[in-house]
Amino acid sequence: MTKDECKKVVIDIIADIAPDEDLSTLKPDVRLRDQLQLDSMDFLDIVMELRKRHSIEVPEADYIQLASLDSCANYLTPKFNALSAKS
Amino acid sequence: MNTRSHYDVAIIGAGMSGLAAGIRLAHFGKRVCIFERHNTVGGLNSFYSIGGRKFDVGLHAMTNYVRPGTKGTPLGKLLRQLRIDRDEFELCEQKQSRVAFGPRGETSLRFTNDFGVLESEVAARFPGQIDGFRRLTTTVRSFDDVSLDAAPVSARQIVRQHITDPLLEDMLFCPLMYYGSATEHDMEFGQFVIMFKALFLEGFARPFDGVRVILRVLLEKYRAAGGERRMKCGVKQIISHDGRATALVLDTGDEISADQVISSIGAPETARLIQPAVLTAPPAAPGRLSFVETITILDRQPAALGWGNDTIIFFNDSARFDYACPGAQVDPRSGVICIPNNFDYGPELQLPEGIFRCTCLANYAQWAHLPDDVYQADKQRWYQALQKSAQRFLPALPTPDALSVATVTTDMFTPRTITKFTGHLGGAIYGATQKNRQGRTDLANLYLCGTDQGFLGIVGAMLSGISMANYHILQKG
Repeated sequence: MTKDECKKVVIDIIADIAPDEDLSTLKPDVRLRDQLQLDSMDFLDIVMELRKRHSIEVPEADYIQLASLDSCANYLTPKFNALSAKS
Repeated sequence: MNTRSHYDVAIIGAGMSGLAAGIRLAHFGKRVCIFERHNTVGGLNSFYSIGGRKFDVGLHAMTNYVRPGTKGTPLGKLLRQLRIDRDEFELCEQKQSRVAFGPRGETSLRFTNDFGVLESEVAARFPGQIDGFRRLTTTVRSFDDVSLDAAPVSARQIVRQHITDPLLEDMLFCPLMYYGSATEHDMEFGQFVIMFKALFLEGFARPFDGVRVILRVLLEKYRAAGGERRMKCGVKQIISHDGRATALVLDTGDEISADQVISSIGAPETARLIQPAVLTAPPAAPGRLSFVETITILDRQPAALGWGNDTIIFFNDSARFDYACPGAQVDPRSGVICIPNNFDYGPELQLPEGIFRCTCLANYAQWAHLPDDVYQADKQRWYQALQKSAQRFLPALPTPDALSVATVTTDMFTPRTITKFTGHLGGAIYGATQKNRQGRTDLANLYLCGTDQGFLGIVGAMLSGISMANYHILQKG
């Protein structure tokens, strides 16, 4: 998986969690929280949807890695690739 | 189907909070079953049919209404958490509501879903109080009302720091208390804030087809997520062992087990089920506040009687507003009128019949043990008294008998009806006075959600189920 594909996965999840947000102009290097109205309940849902849909585990200490789309991609892409290497 | 004997999570009660918790848990792959004693869902906010006519109970209006695009409010959180598209609720806004005080409602404050209306009404009727009212509003807006561990403070005390006219103080408290307070005379400030936002800063709306629309959406989400439910199948015992709930005994006598149990039936009502009893603290006392409600079905739109403007009216005829369990069966001095026809359903739609509902405080003990004939006669008597009391706060009828001429049928519920259909002890609509924000119980894997967890209104009830499912179960993996 490329980092762009990984960003797409995260955007798809946010689109389902927060359908009332406009995601077409998201800047990848800016914190999601500063561009969208996402609260802690929404971030928890991103983590849980990653687990449900992709079997990706994000421990609580790493939630900070999900701050922006870029940081999501940096953190999650290796996890996705490790998972597909295993299967 | 639905005969598994072990679940990840068992939920007791299919009211708004139990359904919402169930949707969250099922969505994230938990094997969940909701056990409901009654044959319909909804609990305190439900509906029934008599003679082919559908009646709503509980819900006058959905509070917490905000328009599309308003973010960060309870309604928005709820829709996101349950993956509900707001159009699914088909919400139509109120026209206007009022707080009317005085023997004939001489002092009246209008409010709508635009907070500016209430603000200008306060400025016009209470010019000396408007600065204080604005300060109070600022305090309310900045208060963290969803904290799960805030210390309780008296709302009367805080409101009096800003509002010095007792009439205005009571007029602000009246709607908030009627729509959610389990405590008499005063509220905990956090609860006041939740209700102030829900009613005044946000607002009222209703689906054209009433509460069943909301319940249908919840049920469909729950079913689609893979949740199970067993209707007409209550839980009669929670078996405890070593500080944990190890099994549930159902009304059928069957036993099931679950890793975790969420109970939405109330704190004392849940504690009573635990066998053998484990009590680390005295059980929460059942609340004392109960209600009667009359429902009058009309053969014409209420507008034809001159009642076409007000959606909800909170009234009080006395010098002070007395929110307390009355000594008599009913206290008709204050109450709530709801006219569901007066939501804005658009130019094309109107409810097929007129509906006029009136709610007043009532005393459970005075209704609970009456012989049936006395009970029926008392209902009749109080029905008349409530109609008479409520009419003082509505525009005068075209002719004195216009209401009775237009009446097709009537119904009435009492505190006894509430206990019969919801299991709430003492007919206590808003549950115990002591709220338990964290939802913990004497058993480590048994949690509370709903009324006694302490988020109020139907949006609050759903958020309660959501937050307890998140906090105790989903966040722990």
